[in-house]
Amino acid sequence: MTFELDATLAARGFEVSLSLGPAETIAILGPNGAGKSTLLSIISGLLRPDSGKAVLGGRVLFDLAADKNIWRAPHTRGTALLAQEALLFPHLSALDNVAFGPRSAGASSAAARETGMHWLTEVDAGDLASRRPGQLSGGQAQRVAVARALAANPELLLLDEPMAALDIHAAPLLRRLLKRVLAGRRAIIITHDILDALMLADRVIVLEDGRISEAGPTRDVLEKPRSRFAAGLAGLNLVAGTVSDAGVTTDQGMVVAGHHDGTVAPGQDGVAVFPPSAVSVFLTEEHGSPRNSFPVRITDLEPHGDQIRVHAGGLSADITPAASADLGLTPGMTVYFVIKAAAIAIYPA
Amino acid sequence: MNRRSGTGYTGIPPWIYAIAAAGAVFVLLPLVAMVAKVNWPQFIPLITSESSLTALGLSLRTSAASTAACIVLGVPLALVLARSPFPGQRLLRAFVLLPLVLPPVVGGIALLYTFGRQGLLGRSLELAGIQIAFSTTAVVLAQTFVALPFLVVSLEGALRTAGNKYEAVAATLGARPSTVLRRVTIPLVLPGLASGAVLSFARSLGEFGATLTFAGSLQGVTRTLPLEIYLQRETDADAAVALSLLLVAVAVAVVGLSYRRPRVEAAPEGVFR
Repeated sequence: MTFELDATLAARGFEVSLSLGPAETIAILGPNGAGKSTLLSIISGLLRPDSGKAVLGGRVLFDLAADKNIWRAPHTRGTALLAQEALLFPHLSALDNVAFGPRSAGASSAAARETGMHWLTEVDAGDLASRRPGQLSGGQAQRVAVARALAANPELLLLDEPMAALDIHAAPLLRRLLKRVLAGRRAIIITHDILDALMLADRVIVLEDGRISEAGPTRDVLEKPRSRFAAGLAGLNLVAGTVSDAGVTTDQGMVVAGHHDGTVAPGQDGVAVFPPSAVSVFLTEEHGSPRNSFPVRITDLEPHGDQIRVHAGGLSADITPAASADLGLTPGMTVYFVIKAAAIAIYPA
Repeated sequence: MNRRSGTGYTGIPPWIYAIAAAGAVFVLLPLVAMVAKVNWPQFIPLITSESSLTALGLSLRTSAASTAACIVLGVPLALVLARSPFPGQRLLRAFVLLPLVLPPVVGGIALLYTFGRQGLLGRSLELAGIQIAFSTTAVVLAQTFVALPFLVVSLEGALRTAGNKYEAVAATLGARPSTVLRRVTIPLVLPGLASGAVLSFARSLGEFGATLTFAGSLQGVTRTLPLEIYLQRETDADAAVALSLLLVAVAVAVVGLSYRRPRVEAAPEGVFR
């Protein structure tokens, strides 16, 4: 009983197909405007794609093939949506908010409240039952919203950056809660935070410009990113190009030397990936053992842990504050990024 | 006023207050003049005369009925105008709002040619044994015609402000559209609906032109308070003034209710934040 989706929406340049096992959680990562929310709107029935098909546990959610044109209304889909804002109904108590789903499904008032209370307790919010949403903090409201979504007994839970609007104290609490309740459930979670993907998801999908640019088990994507976006999330530098004997040659003719893992042949598309800590910064071109020395113009300097992160030419380097001061680095300066070939991993794109 | 606004900066130039004061006086002065003209010793007998009480009772009953009709017809209209874009929507809105700018007497004539004996629908209704013109029903129809836009405008604004985020969430939780309307949409816009209903009631209460044209002025049947005042003005000025004051009192009570609107609406807004 899988979830299968295939959808295109030309107006937003959206074209995605994905599938999801019965108890699988996937994280959708991607820059703003990549189509992440569009994806959830299409699945939940709030937005109609131009064409495509979706099947959830044997039920067709929509099938827009020319001769079919099946379109299920949102309330018959079994796909509860949890958004950035809790969006608790302001005129109902926390308990009645959670009981809303069961009540809409036809349960009696008493039974719906019983279910509501069960889920409120499940998210450690039993003591908030009689509160109005206006009397809840952001974190409390989002917990109640989680209970409300779960109480609707969805076959597929859709979470649209549920932690994004929470403060730094409330977010870890909700993340732990989600880890607990998502176990054994089918869910799609949109996030900007790599920690969410690591903790909550079995797989990640990177969405860029309305298309899937990368997909795979979370650990693989983070260890061996193939897209620039995933590399950024994993805190790695990524250079894409064509594999040659020496390394990877970019479209601009820059050659990055590194070590192959044996799975990639010359002429293939490949990526060279290396951590910012492997990059040294020099004011003049070095003539030593490292084979990689690139002149780059500094765009930004920012604190990064106890290091200074130097952004230049689409790459980044981590150096100590003392080194940064010695070199007198400022944005706009041209410096040399030097990387030992041994620190650069090359694998197929 | 500066002192009342406290520490906040208002950005209003001082001379604005002078003009605002002139505006307030312009509205208040005629009322004061009228109150000054009231024959106080005779006031109670004048407003409790049989014809006055009949007219007041009729006014309140017909206004309540037309407010109910405005809610029944206006809520769906406002929903359609606020939520679902469709071709001709702007045109529909323009026509629904037309009675706001139409002279009521023109509305009365239009109604007469619709529901009157020789009217578009009136002829068929007549055959079915239903006669509407010059009946209490006609009063309610006339009042509904002129008051409907107030409810639609007020509610459409409230619906647009509320947005449809809550409705989308309710739908994904499994609520069918009727359930969403009953349990989410209407409760969220209740303050807007209430103020729209109050405005409709007030407009119905003051309706004169369309009523006179379409329903006539039969005591106890179609002669509402404004019609009674107009009639009395020719014979008994004191009675007209006393009844006017009564109507002002009722209107002030109604406006007082609707004036609580900002505070009622402030509650859900606070919740959103």
